[in-house]
Amino acid sequence: MRLGGKLAPYLLSLPGWAYLLVFFLIPLVSMLGMALAVGDPISGFVISFNFQEFVDAFNGYQAPFIRSFWYGTASTIVTLLVSYPVAYWIAFYGGRHKSTYLFLIMLPFFVSFVIRVLAWEFILSDQGVILGTLKQFGILPQSSRILSTQWAVIGGLIYNSFAYYVLPLYVVLEKLDRRLVRAANDLYASPVTAFMKIILPLSAPGIFAGFLLVFVTNVGDYVNAALLGGPGTYMIGNIIQDSFFQSQDYPMAAALSSILMLMLMVAILLYSKAFGTDTIQEYAA
Amino acid sequence: MSAPLSAGQDVRLEHVVKQFGGWTAVDDISLTIKGGEFFSLLGPSGCGKSTTLSMIGGFESPTSGAIYLAGEDVSRLPSYKRDVNTVFQSYALFPHLDIFENVAFGLRRKGVKKAEITERVNTMLKLVDLTGFAKRKPGQLSGGQQQRVALARALVNRPKLLLLDEPLGALDLKLRKQMQIELKRIQHEVGITFLFVTHDQEEAMAMSDRLAVMSKGRIEQVGTPAEVYDHPATEFVASFLGASNFIPGEVVGQSGDTAAIRLEDGATVNLPARALPPAAKMVKIGVRPEKFIILARNESAPPGWNAIEARTGVSVYLGVSRQYMMESASGRPLNVYTQNSGQLGELAPGETVRLAWHPDHTFAVNANETQPEGEQR
Repeated sequence: MRLGGKLAPYLLSLPGWAYLLVFFLIPLVSMLGMALAVGDPISGFVISFNFQEFVDAFNGYQAPFIRSFWYGTASTIVTLLVSYPVAYWIAFYGGRHKSTYLFLIMLPFFVSFVIRVLAWEFILSDQGVILGTLKQFGILPQSSRILSTQWAVIGGLIYNSFAYYVLPLYVVLEKLDRRLVRAANDLYASPVTAFMKIILPLSAPGIFAGFLLVFVTNVGDYVNAALLGGPGTYMIGNIIQDSFFQSQDYPMAAALSSILMLMLMVAILLYSKAFGTDTIQEYAA
Repeated sequence: MSAPLSAGQDVRLEHVVKQFGGWTAVDDISLTIKGGEFFSLLGPSGCGKSTTLSMIGGFESPTSGAIYLAGEDVSRLPSYKRDVNTVFQSYALFPHLDIFENVAFGLRRKGVKKAEITERVNTMLKLVDLTGFAKRKPGQLSGGQQQRVALARALVNRPKLLLLDEPLGALDLKLRKQMQIELKRIQHEVGITFLFVTHDQEEAMAMSDRLAVMSKGRIEQVGTPAEVYDHPATEFVASFLGASNFIPGEVVGQSGDTAAIRLEDGATVNLPARALPPAAKMVKIGVRPEKFIILARNESAPPGWNAIEARTGVSVYLGVSRQYMMESASGRPLNVYTQNSGQLGELAPGETVRLAWHPDHTFAVNANETQPEGEQR
């Protein structure tokens, strides 16, 4: 009985560890193995410790890599700027309707991701609701378009990550002690200063959590680029998808995925260094 | 430190009313707090004292009436433009800033020069005995230390007025007593007007130069602790500031400075005429439990003293004193405290004794007033 009591925490965490093993560690190891393998899907792959694939992947796809990080960064920053006021408003002024507002923000998620992106394709199309109308009134020239440009892709990424940024921001702003704002006002801080010096730094954990969720997903995304973009908006996710399903060059796809993962880890590390996530965790606890 | 403030630094409230929806939290308060004074607002929770403080601090604006700070009408001035600082009940220290930056916060907002900030913050940390804690975060400090940081953070700005919103409420008893003395010392040293809000009558009496007792959004009485304790204006004040015994009676005569009251049990007692409420007829006289002396059998009361008959009940031994629960001849419960000087042995329950007290130790309130609800001591 005593032994069981001591073991209980470990036993309870077992499903979690099993999950990580099956869905993270094994795929990760097999992906790295695949990146170092030679062969083809029909005759099979042999691990050869052939690092050439990494070199080729890195040299051959610099443009999509840069594009992915540009789209990811731009969409993450705009999403943050759009979702912060919304989260702030719900947390501070939502009153007893807070959950209703959050539900409304979650509502589009009840529709499939692909359907929602397709809807945007329809809305943004050259003769669609927006452009068609504007062209009809002569506000825009007939040649103007959004679809197939990078702005359509970035816009799609922003739209799809909105709720993922609102939720972590809402969580930190909701539990932020309002009395601190009062104290800042008492100490000669105007509402703007109080926001910059107190609310913003204290919501850093939410900004970071949202960044992790949105930036990582958006850099690796391929659906928005495939449906809203054109030939010039190929992201690294599209290349990986093509390598897997069209050219069936599994080692190349695995090498690209590994490089992407490494780059994302470096980006996150740089972010946390630049904005002092260590101290963030210290007082968020 | 800045020089003690002159009378020109008074804080004045004129007919201040605060309503939330249909509910009146503060109901027509007028009050003057003198420059350099340690003033307390005392009352049970919900009496409007914290709302009053909020309005003086600029966190709420009065529904009507005006607040003057050193002659200037600040009623509509937002808190960040007021020369008033607050020590909050929850301390409200900024968790992401170290102690130095917490204390420097107000000075930085005012654009004080860096060298001066360093000097003033360090002086202040020394004053509250926290030198060496500058680089710590609030979370690494004990409750008492956090409390002193909150005090330093407010005082370093040398405000015209310091508001203290039950700042000792979260501390344990021993620390609270220590901080009471500490606060008095600091106030004496910096000479800033302190407005202290508390529901603890003992704390208010121990610390204040003057205090206002509040109830249901109104001020019941303003005065020094001794005035308010010895001559409470209302039954509420009498009961809120310590235990009291009340006996109903009727004013039957007045000669010179002395008024005579016939009590409900038939005894007639005297009290100073100025203790009577204006134009009073039916009153309740009040006597503090420690003002009674119990007369020994056949002993007569000292000349000029009042005396009534009572029957003893159970008693509680408290070391310095013994508390008797007694009953007047008309059946009213009476609390009597006797000094433990050993002159009188313990009285058995059911004995009939005589209680005597000096007329000056008698106060009177209107008879039709209701007892205060809750928080009676």
